[in-house]
Amino acid sequence: MSTQVPVGYKWWSGGKSPFNVSYGKLMMWIFLVSDTFTFAGLLISYGSIRVSHGYWPDPNYVFNRFPLMGDANLPLAFVSLMTFILIMSSVTMVLAVHEGHKRNQKGVAKWLLWTIVGGLMFLGCQAWEWTHLITHTHPVLIDGQIQEIGATITQNHFGPAVPGLFHDGHQVTLPGPVGFGNCFFGITGFHGFHVSIGVFLNILMYFWTINGRFARVGHYEMVEKIGLYWHFVDLVWVFVFLCFYLI
Amino acid sequence: MEHVNQAMAVAPEITFQHEPAPNAKKKIWKTFWILLILTIAELALGLSHYAFHVGGAVLLFLKGAMIILSAFKAIYIVGIFMHLGDEVKSLKMIILVPLISFVWFILAFLWDGTSYKNLRNRYNVPAPAEQVVPHDTQKPGSLN
Repeated sequence: MSTQVPVGYKWWSGGKSPFNVSYGKLMMWIFLVSDTFTFAGLLISYGSIRVSHGYWPDPNYVFNRFPLMGDANLPLAFVSLMTFILIMSSVTMVLAVHEGHKRNQKGVAKWLLWTIVGGLMFLGCQAWEWTHLITHTHPVLIDGQIQEIGATITQNHFGPAVPGLFHDGHQVTLPGPVGFGNCFFGITGFHGFHVSIGVFLNILMYFWTINGRFARVGHYEMVEKIGLYWHFVDLVWVFVFLCFYLI
Repeated sequence: MEHVNQAMAVAPEITFQHEPAPNAKKKIWKTFWILLILTIAELALGLSHYAFHVGGAVLLFLKGAMIILSAFKAIYIVGIFMHLGDEVKSLKMIILVPLISFVWFILAFLWDGTSYKNLRNRYNVPAPAEQVVPHDTQKPGSLN
């Protein structure tokens, strides 16, 4: 897909954007680049903390529960659903932007609504996952005593098993690295915060679409800018998914 | 399928507007299927090292493969969903060139973390978590 630029065209002679995008869209891109570095800083520091430990919990053990499935061992099943929901919502967002190019008010509104639904579903899944990790307790050997603890930012039960030690039929473990909870809740929380902002912005875009604001202006560029943000949130999830659940 | 079209420009500083290609919708759904297949491949790799308890070089290879698949997903999302592939070269460059600094960013921090681990192993009294051999012979997450 090459654009047809005349030979010798002078981009920097003034009066036009040398990037061929509006000021607002360029600023959205610049913001997203800076946000990339924020998330990269978080994820890379997580990597640094993780390699500094001899032991780190295996995600296949940590993330193996599914709502309404009790104690069934289903490694990575729930997070796969979350990933699918987010990819789907990215598709509906790009379809909303596509309808915007065609200035089809009804189409934009329909796809924005689906994107909002996808975003809310993802946030609901994340809320369930956090609740499960925090409230689902396991016996852990702390200072010679067995305590029932969940996973929080200060402690977790994902340490190595104590051979031969059982409590109420459950394998007793040692406390896992504190950095695990710090990084997991910190980074998925920061990503969830971005999703929440995205859902809020999409709701705003939906109302601005149905009350004819964009039809009056003559274009749906604002939907495109919010679309860029939404895809970025999906992009960040690709790497959160990779770093926390797969590797 | 771009056309130079001043009249439809959303802002005066734009020289030409990207009009939607007739096959745009098809391209979106094609990208969706590619992303889905890449994700399923990643999951298969992620679950395989759980199912077969691999370690050492094989585990590093699986992790490397998952990182490469994620990079492909990122390229599809940015290039097609965010339409960066259709933008002019100057915009592509201003977005992508700063990302080169990630090479050193990642390398330096993982290097530092590994050095911290070595110092810990050499000088520290073993932390309680490291006194007992894990239930798995392979230590998840350790680089070596």
